[in-house]
Amino acid sequence: MDLSYSAEEQAFREEVREFLAKDLPKELSDKVKNRSDMGKEDFDRWHAILNARGWLAPNWPREFGGCEWNAVQRHIFEEECAYANAPRVVPFGLTMLGPVLQKFGSKEQQERFLPRILSGEDWWCQGYSEPGAGSDLASLKTKAERDGDHYIVNGQKTWTTLGQFANWIFCLVRTDPNVKQQEGISFLLIDMNTPGIEVRPIILLDGTHEVNEVWFTDVRVPVENLVGEENKGWTYAKYLLTHERTNIAGVGFSLAGLDAVKRMARSEMAGGRPLIENPQFAARLAQVECDLMAMATTNLRIISKAAVGQAPGVEASMLKIKGTDIRQEINDLARRAAGPYAMPFASEAVGDNDPLGVEGAAKSAPAYFNNRKLSIFGGSNEVQRGIIAKVKMQG
Amino acid sequence: MNFDLTEERQMLQDSLRRFLRDKYDTATRNAILDSDTGFSAEIWAELAELGVIGALFSEEDGGFGGAGFDLAVVFEELGRAGVVEPMLDSAVLGGGLIAALGDDTQRGLIDEMIAGSLHLALAHGEPSSRYDLSRVATTATENGDTITLSGRKAVVVNAEAADMLIISARESGDVADEDGISLFLVPTDFAGLSMRGYPMIAGGRAAEIVLDDLTIPASFRLGPAGQAWSALAARVAAAEVAIAAETLGAMETATELTRGYLMTRKQFGRPIGTFQALAFRFADMLTELEQARSAVINAAGHLQADARIRDMQIAAARNLLGRVARQISEESIQMHGGIAMTQEYELAHIAKRITMADHRFGDTDTQLERFIALSAA
Repeated sequence: MDLSYSAEEQAFREEVREFLAKDLPKELSDKVKNRSDMGKEDFDRWHAILNARGWLAPNWPREFGGCEWNAVQRHIFEEECAYANAPRVVPFGLTMLGPVLQKFGSKEQQERFLPRILSGEDWWCQGYSEPGAGSDLASLKTKAERDGDHYIVNGQKTWTTLGQFANWIFCLVRTDPNVKQQEGISFLLIDMNTPGIEVRPIILLDGTHEVNEVWFTDVRVPVENLVGEENKGWTYAKYLLTHERTNIAGVGFSLAGLDAVKRMARSEMAGGRPLIENPQFAARLAQVECDLMAMATTNLRIISKAAVGQAPGVEASMLKIKGTDIRQEINDLARRAAGPYAMPFASEAVGDNDPLGVEGAAKSAPAYFNNRKLSIFGGSNEVQRGIIAKVKMQG
Repeated sequence: MNFDLTEERQMLQDSLRRFLRDKYDTATRNAILDSDTGFSAEIWAELAELGVIGALFSEEDGGFGGAGFDLAVVFEELGRAGVVEPMLDSAVLGGGLIAALGDDTQRGLIDEMIAGSLHLALAHGEPSSRYDLSRVATTATENGDTITLSGRKAVVVNAEAADMLIISARESGDVADEDGISLFLVPTDFAGLSMRGYPMIAGGRAAEIVLDDLTIPASFRLGPAGQAWSALAARVAAAEVAIAAETLGAMETATELTRGYLMTRKQFGRPIGTFQALAFRFADMLTELEQARSAVINAAGHLQADARIRDMQIAAARNLLGRVARQISEESIQMHGGIAMTQEYELAHIAKRITMADHRFGDTDTQLERFIALSAA
């Protein structure tokens, strides 16, 4: 038992800090800190800076241009990025599709697509969920029928995050309707510029355009864009999900969020005293901090197992539940800290340059509402409970 | 970063777990609960022989452990088996305070402690001190080479079995000052010391103690006059790590018993664990159990840190423990149904251990209050 980081890990943390201090543009970190809307150019800019440093693909093998960092290094990097208010790296190409192509893609697919993910030429989005297939993903209905050298794709995907910026989409499609659900699914790469694709925005409850519907009408996809074998897509999808779950606990986000709430509560006055001295508020704040201190250790315990090659199983589900509970609680505290100034819909009413209330008040309610998604996506927390119970009750 | 036990601690854990599994089953333990002394002298001797007491002391004190993770390993196992023998009060608090403050003669007692031939108890809490560690109304008045103690001590665990008490009393300052508190090592058969003993609901015995002008030689003092506070606070911190680990162990047992029951108990024609209403709650218990384990690691890993950091980590850990231990205890009883309400079923005792641990040195709310105060400091 040793709770401290090794000298090499400390040195790595210093290196990351120096890089962020020097290379993370203030315009970007301000936008993240103030929760301003991020445009494509903002994401592209950070992507290019990381690529120039060679730190864009922590989880990729070196042969494909990645860093091959272990789990502890990745954790340190993510934690420092969160503290520094670095923009998130758009994960669809880098952490989701990349590992699937590296493991199951053809050599041609690897050579064609992987460099373009790193360079930023291609922006990928994820075509998984459908209106009728959420937690029960395997019930998806979008179909792909073989027609010579092409598949003809018809159907609809939804909740497609940042699909409005994407030029490619990786999709789960049904290629055999006559077998067990999981055995008739294939993994297709589709050029978003193909005729028959329509992207329709979904405006979320905080007013943001983050997700989309993607409609497919007789979309012709060359068969060379099939990943792996036909009808084996479910295997690849599950493999992808294990990568989607890195950083699932979001410890860095919670630490940064808690700091922000404390800053708000020191400025906001209640009964003539700083809100942070209010016993009710202080108690809720302290309780979530106690939870977070333990969760940070739970996360490290699981990460250090992963660092020596033991795959996190049911622990990832536990981290998802606990991590999202804590983040949502912090969002709720930020909303409460803002007081009446949580109510103005700031981006419309006053703009970002003349904020109302304490720093952070303007985006506290939108963030609260937006982050209700945390316990819904990536396998809802109820799905995670089902996984934990199923696995552990057998053991 | 490393979350594996050292080889020595792994061996200690294995041997202690094996011993308790073989020698400390529910029937044995329940017989001990019903006994007059409230604990088994044979079990105590065997624990000493296994090296369990020695693991709680550092090498310079004659043991082979003494760090936070040594305490955590031992007490997690004691907690798993619902052990009622007074390891916390006799060894961690009593022996630990002598190790911290004793002169050469007094320190000679540690060898006896490690060998299992000495029992101690800390007479510190008072009827109106609740969880305020520095609130000491009992007075110590020095007259030449004697000292007279006057006051009352409350819920002194293991007092009747103890050969000697470590009694706290104030030599100067206001009632809640940290400065001015002294500790005295007093044989229990001294005139002027009376006790009223009673059994406790979660096992073991305690006593109310009256010090009616108890006059002792000045040489009974442990450490310098009026300056026991930092050693006392550090020892209670160690005890809190032990309590947290014991609670974790008890929670593991509650969770394992519940899993077994959910898979075997059938109602409406199927194992009750297949009902989602119970399965989800069981999943939450497992998630919180991992949080509790992390909290114990945090507390144990910071036991040697500066007092403020140490106390913040312990307060955070025990606040979390208090909340999730209650959840696991209550949910385990609820999901078992009627059987958990019976005294002879293992879970009944485990639930009592879990719940009563919250009443030692600061409950869940008190810990949160401490954490807030330390955060602002």
